[in-house]
Amino acid sequence: MATKVYMEALSPTMEEGRIVKWLKRENESVTDGDVLAEVETDKAIMELQARGEGTLRKVLAVEGDTVEVGTMIGVIAANDEDIAKILATVGVTDTEQGQAGGASPDEVSQQLQTAEPEPTAAPTGPAASSLLPADRVKSSPLARRLAKERQVDLRVIQGTGPGGRITKRDVESAVPGPRHVTATVGPAYEDVPLSQIRKTIATRLSASIGPVPHFFLTAEIDMEQIAEAREALNSIPDAPRISYNDIIIKIVAQALRQHPECNAWWQDDHIRYFNDVHISVAVSVEEGLITPVIRNAQLKSLREIAGEGRELARRARERKLKPEEYTGGTFSISNLGMFDIAQFTAVINPPEAGILAVGSIADAPVVLNGEMTIRKQMRVTMSCDHRVIDGATGARFLQTLKRMLENPLAMVW
Amino acid sequence: MAKDFDVIVLGGGPAGYVCAIRAAQLGLNAAVVERDKLGGVCVNVGCIPSKALLHSAYVANLVTHDAERLGIRVGDVSLDFGAAIKHSRQVSEQNSKGVGFLLKKHKVTVVAGVGRLLPGKKIQVGKDTYTATKGVVIATGSKVKGLPQIGLAINQTTVISTDEALFLEEAPQSVAIVGAGAVGMEFADIFNAFGSKVTLIEVLPRILPLEDEESSAALRRAYKKRKIDILAGATIKNVVVTDSKVTVDLAVGGKDQTVEVDKVLMAAGRGLNLENIGLEDIGAELADGGFVRVDESLQTTAQGYYCIGDIAGPPMLAHKGSREGVLVAEQIAGKSPHRIKYDNIPSVTYCHPEVASIGLTEAQCKERKLDYVVGKFPLMANGRARATMETDGFVKILRDAKYSEILGAHIVASHASELIHELAVARENENTVEEVDLAVHAHPTLSEAIAEAALDSLGRVIHS
Repeated sequence: MATKVYMEALSPTMEEGRIVKWLKRENESVTDGDVLAEVETDKAIMELQARGEGTLRKVLAVEGDTVEVGTMIGVIAANDEDIAKILATVGVTDTEQGQAGGASPDEVSQQLQTAEPEPTAAPTGPAASSLLPADRVKSSPLARRLAKERQVDLRVIQGTGPGGRITKRDVESAVPGPRHVTATVGPAYEDVPLSQIRKTIATRLSASIGPVPHFFLTAEIDMEQIAEAREALNSIPDAPRISYNDIIIKIVAQALRQHPECNAWWQDDHIRYFNDVHISVAVSVEEGLITPVIRNAQLKSLREIAGEGRELARRARERKLKPEEYTGGTFSISNLGMFDIAQFTAVINPPEAGILAVGSIADAPVVLNGEMTIRKQMRVTMSCDHRVIDGATGARFLQTLKRMLENPLAMVW
Repeated sequence: MAKDFDVIVLGGGPAGYVCAIRAAQLGLNAAVVERDKLGGVCVNVGCIPSKALLHSAYVANLVTHDAERLGIRVGDVSLDFGAAIKHSRQVSEQNSKGVGFLLKKHKVTVVAGVGRLLPGKKIQVGKDTYTATKGVVIATGSKVKGLPQIGLAINQTTVISTDEALFLEEAPQSVAIVGAGAVGMEFADIFNAFGSKVTLIEVLPRILPLEDEESSAALRRAYKKRKIDILAGATIKNVVVTDSKVTVDLAVGGKDQTVEVDKVLMAAGRGLNLENIGLEDIGAELADGGFVRVDESLQTTAQGYYCIGDIAGPPMLAHKGSREGVLVAEQIAGKSPHRIKYDNIPSVTYCHPEVASIGLTEAQCKERKLDYVVGKFPLMANGRARATMETDGFVKILRDAKYSEILGAHIVASHASELIHELAVARENENTVEEVDLAVHAHPTLSEAIAEAALDSLGRVIHS
C-alpha cells in the first residue's frame, strides 16, 4: 500500500516547514523510519522520517520550498504500484520521468507547473492541507457532533464500536471540557527571572555535582485504598483496564497542579513554571528508553490516560512516535515496579526539574494504630533539580502526592 | 447418535435455532432439543401464520372496499376463513420444514423430545443424557396464558388463545379480544375483515399502550372506521362463560357495559416455559418479573448455562431472541460480539395500517425531560401512498434538539414494518436526522416520508 509523505509538525508549534535537503531521491528504496529529508522548522532543522516502506516514487516539493504542515510532499509505494490516483488528488500526473533515476528539483517544479493548467487538476499549495486523511478517526456522525460541541479530541478516545468506531457513549465517557488543544485559558507558563540567591545556588550546586544538581527524596506510600479503587474500576464492564501506573500518572498530575513549583523547566537564565502538566512517561524500547508525553494530564480522566498511555507506548515500541509526542514534558515518571524493584533513583530529563522513580507495590508489615498489620506499600523517589526545587519544596509535593495516593478522594479535595 | 456436543440448545424457536446455526458456523458441534415443531411459537402458532391471515384480511378489505375505485369490478365477494387458515398452515409447515432444512445444512443435530436440564452442562431427553462441553443455551420461550383470576381461563372453545384462533374453521360471529397490544390488534384486524363483530377490550387507557400516543390515536380512528368497537380503559367486573357464549360485564369510563360474544380471544398475558425444565437443579435463579436472571453476557447464575429469547427478559420478540442467540453462540465460540442495544429493537404491529416504532415515544422523551424536536410527515402528502390509496398514517421522528440524534421514530403506514429499518440502521450507526436526509430517497416511495419527517424536524420539510 502506498504511503503518502506529509510535511509533519516536527515541533509542537510548527505550522510550516522548509525543505532543506532531500536525503532520499526518487526511486530510492526506503524503509520505515528512514530519514527522508531535513526540514527547517520554526525552531531548528529536524529530520522527516519515512512512515512506510517501499520506494520513494514521487517527490512533490523541491529543496528550498516552504510548505504547510499537512501538505503531501511525496509518495512511497511499491515499484509496480499505480500511484496515479494519489498524485491526481494533488493535481500531478504520473510521468515516467522519475524512473530514469531521481528527479532533479527543476524537473519536479516543472511537473508541478505543467500540472496546473490541466482542467481536471486541483490546485496544489495551501488547499492541499485539507488533505489529511492519514489521521482519519472512525467515528459515528453523532459522536463527531458531540465531540465538536464538547471540544473532545476524537484522536485520544478509544472507540468501542465495530472496528474501533467511536460512538456517542465513548465521547460521553470522555471527560467533557476543553482539552488537548490548549488546555489552559491564559498563558501556558510563566517565566520567572532568577533571583540572586537562585543564581548562586545554581552555580554552586552545578559546580558540585555535574550540570544538573540532583538530590533525592523518598517516601513510603500505603497503596491499600488505591488497590481497592483500582479493582472497583476494573470491574466496570467494557471499560479499558486501568493500571497502577495510569493512576500514578493521574495523581502526580493532580499533585503537580497544587505544586507548580515542581512543574518547571530550568532555562539557564530563568525558570519556566508551567500551568499545564505534561507527564513524560519512561517507556523501555528495544534500543533503550523513550519518554512519550501525556499532555494536559491534569485534565484527563483515568480512562483517557490509560487509553492514550497504552497507544503511545505501543507506538513507542514500534518507533512510530512523532517528535512532538516525546518532547515538551514538564515532569517525568519512571516505573520499575513491574521488575520488582523496590526503590531506585532516576536521572532527571532536562530541562524538566523533577522525575519520580516508582518502585514495586508489595505487602509489607506496617504498624497501624499500634498494631502490626500487613498492607500494600510502595516506595517512590523523586529526583529534584536543586536549581529549581529545594528540599522542602520537593518534600511538600511528595507529601501531597502521598496524601492523594493514600486517600484518593483527596484528589478532589 | 453421539451424545457429546459443544453446545446444546434447549428449544428450537427463533432464538434457539438461530443460536445453533451461528454456533455451527463458528465450527462448534451443536444440537437443538425440541419437544414440538421446529421454529417454535413464531413459525407455528405466532408471527408467521398470523401474517398469512393478515394478508388474507388485507386482500379481503382491498377487494371489498377499494377494488371498484381501482377499476376492478368483482361482483359478490364471499370470504372463506377456513381457506385462509389452510393457507396459513401451509406457510407455517413450509417454514418449520425450512428450519429443519437449515439445521441439517449446518450439521446441527436435532433431538426430538422434552429436555430437562441437569447439573454439569447436561440435558436429559427421555432416557438419554446429552452433554455440552462448552455451553447449554436455554431458549424455551413462552406460551399464551389466560387470566383465570378474572374468570377468563382458557377453555379452548369459548375462551380461546391464539393457539386455537389459528385453527378455527370459520370466523366467529362475534368476538371480544382482551388485550389491545400487537396480538390483539392483529386478530381484531383479521376477524373484522372476515365479518366478525369485534370488540377490543384493553385495561390500559388506550389501544397499543406501548406505542406513541399518536400511533394509538391513528389506529383508533382507522379501526372505528371499520366498525371495530374499542373499549379502552376498561375494568372487567364479571364474566359468565357458557358452552356457546361469554358475557363480560365491564366498566369503561365509569359507565357499566355488557358485552355478549360467541368467543373471547385472550391476547393478554404470556407465561414463560420454565416449569419442569430443571432450572432449580442447575441452580439458575429467577429475576424480577419471573424471567431467568442473566448477566450482560446472557449467562445465568449457573456457570455455563445461558438464556436467550422470551425467558431472558423483555421485549418478548422473535427478532430480539434471534439476536441474543447469535450473541451467545459467538461468546461461547470465544468471540467478543457487540452488545445488543436493547433500546434499538424495532417493535411492529402488522395490522392495517401497520404500526412500527423504534426508540423512545414522545411521552418517554417528556418523562426523561429531554430537549427534543418532533418531525412529522403525513402519508396524505406522499404521492406513492395516494396512488395506492393507503394514505392513513404518518412518519414521526423525535430528534434531540442539540445534536439531532434520532431519539425515537414512529410510523403508521401500510408498510411501516418495512419502513422502520431505515431508522433502525440510522440509529444503530448513530446517524442523525441530517444523514437520513442526505441519503437520496427514490421517488415515489413511502420511504420519502421518512426523509421528509427528518427534514421537518429540522424545519425544512419540502412537501408539507
